Amino acid sequence: MSRIAAMFARLRAERQLAIIAYLTAGYPRLDVTPSLVEAAARSGADAIELGIPFSDPLADGRTIQAASQVALQAGMTVARALQTATSARTRTDVPLLFMTYLNPILAFGLERFCRAASDAGVDGLIVPDLPPGESADLRRAADACQIDLVFFVAPTSTEAGIDEACQAATGFIYCIAVTGVTGARAELDPGLLPLIETVRRHTSLPLVVGFGISRPEHVAALQGKADGVIVASALLDAIARSPDDPASRVREFLTGLRPPA
Amino acid sequence: MSTPHPGPPPQGGRDNLPDARGRYGRYGGKFIPETLMAAVEELTAAFEAAQHDDGFRREFDELSRTFSGRPTPVYRADRLSAQAGGARIWLKREDLCHTGAHKINNALGQVLLARRMGKLRIIAETGAGQHGVAVATVCAKFGLTCEVYMGVEDMTRQAINVYKMRLLGATVTPVETGSKTLKDATNEAIRDWVTNVRSTHYVIGSAVGPHPYPVMVREFQSVIGREARAQMLVETGRLPTVVVACVGGGSNAIGIFAPFYDDPVRLIGVEAAGRGLNSGAHAASIVGGRPGVLHGSFSYLLQDDDGQVVATHSISAGLDYPGVGPEHAFLHDAHRAEYVSVTDEQALAAFHQTSRLEGIIPALESSHAIAYAMPLAGALAAEEIVLVNLSGRGDKDLDIVRQASGG
Repeated sequence: MSRIAAMFARLRAERQLAIIAYLTAGYPRLDVTPSLVEAAARSGADAIELGIPFSDPLADGRTIQAASQVALQAGMTVARALQTATSARTRTDVPLLFMTYLNPILAFGLERFCRAASDAGVDGLIVPDLPPGESADLRRAADACQIDLVFFVAPTSTEAGIDEACQAATGFIYCIAVTGVTGARAELDPGLLPLIETVRRHTSLPLVVGFGISRPEHVAALQGKADGVIVASALLDAIARSPDDPASRVREFLTGLRPPA
Repeated sequence: MSTPHPGPPPQGGRDNLPDARGRYGRYGGKFIPETLMAAVEELTAAFEAAQHDDGFRREFDELSRTFSGRPTPVYRADRLSAQAGGARIWLKREDLCHTGAHKINNALGQVLLARRMGKLRIIAETGAGQHGVAVATVCAKFGLTCEVYMGVEDMTRQAINVYKMRLLGATVTPVETGSKTLKDATNEAIRDWVTNVRSTHYVIGSAVGPHPYPVMVREFQSVIGREARAQMLVETGRLPTVVVACVGGGSNAIGIFAPFYDDPVRLIGVEAAGRGLNSGAHAASIVGGRPGVLHGSFSYLLQDDDGQVVATHSISAGLDYPGVGPEHAFLHDAHRAEYVSVTDEQALAAFHQTSRLEGIIPALESSHAIAYAMPLAGALAAEEIVLVNLSGRGDKDLDIVRQASGG
């Protein structure tokens, strides 16, 4: 069983929601990410999504755009992100996923990238500008290396689109919580729970909610409804408030996120 | 003279493109976030229905004539031809369109389509401001809400067009991210669309973006080539030897090229070499880039070894873009069109020559096409014909030219 499947099986038995923490590789400094991954895993993150920065992140709001710019200016590359993952893997056993746009993967080579990611101990891949209909080549490469390839459903998805994502995906389904780009938001969208119910009818894969998840109330509201949440911009915002000690901010934020049992 | 209409795509052989997946050979496609997928499918269906709807075509034709000022003439540029010393140079006068460039053709078509879909909020990106002005113009005519994203760099370079858009009732939203130019304005427009997709239509200004945008823009722009082809037959009794057009994203070029696909006519796209292809400061995606994915489609792209999109430069804001339409990538690989490049300096020289010799002040974008056409005509026999798409007029560029020319 893959690390991702094992994690969801364990949390399902414990009736717990998976908390997946997003970190931009190389943010706020080039070499700090492995220690942040470790801090996150020790503070309640069940899995880590590592963002490989791209110059034109068109599904991302201001927070991730800014973090990507900082990381790119510091010299983050696909090769360095792979080294970052390798180093993070020595510090934790939680599932690691890469999140990046298609072009850096294309430039590196689809098969070469999947092989290198697998060698680095990465378990899954999330590519927001790659819909199922364009994904055949990357799916083949990811399958060959036993890397899960996650696809999205959105509040605007058609029934056919939901089905296509559920057929193509491995690992879990990424349910976009809002009609919009990434970024912390105060409220959950009222359309989210109906979306989750619809997607359940199409798949037995775990459903993970992301975009806008920023508060303990959000996590509490999704307990028993979804199988996991992704916290990204809100975590990066916390880091941005005191970038000199990002590990402490990661610990504080994640410790405060899960409602007391 | 042919009347404009958004007819079916050219039929037959390799030119019957794109395929059902929006592919031109290996190029094109729909590389977009899932949130946009339903809207792009809705747009595809609406565009296909409109193409076969006589009512839509009649409205497009009528407004092209009465509002945009079509057909635009073809003009024999005798003094430019004499200067070149070879083939006759003819100009397709898209600079005479309402708002001063070919951009109005696509803005009109897409806004008519948005109204059919019941989308009453329109957004657009703009570089030089010509597309933004065209969209703001059509939105004013129909009373639609219009928001235009523009890099702050370009807002400074093209201040008059910013003022025009505001006069026309549009909101111009400055984009401060990245290179603060067209690429980043496009990113912000896509982010707006992702957020407001239910109420909003995004009018992309060039033959780029996810399917169906490249084919839709080609069809609305191919009025240029249909007119020009018929006009050249009337005026000269033959087809031109060569058709030359500038290529940023490539909408004016695809518009004049497409109706000539099945003819024995050379097609040449001229990209912006900026300060030179070896300077790193250029915008020649096909000549100097390699295939990749940006803004929803797979095509030639200026990128570094790591797949990051690189900063571009051209004296012409409308060509200052790292990508190019996927149909151009296909035409290049299939050897149906040739792609070359021209520097800032060469384009400026052509700008001045055309102004002085013909009494026509061309846009800096179009000046790239003229700059390539002159020596090309010089190398051809006198009975040959070089047709250049004069895609826009140069009023917007006067400050830039004055600075660059030290005047």
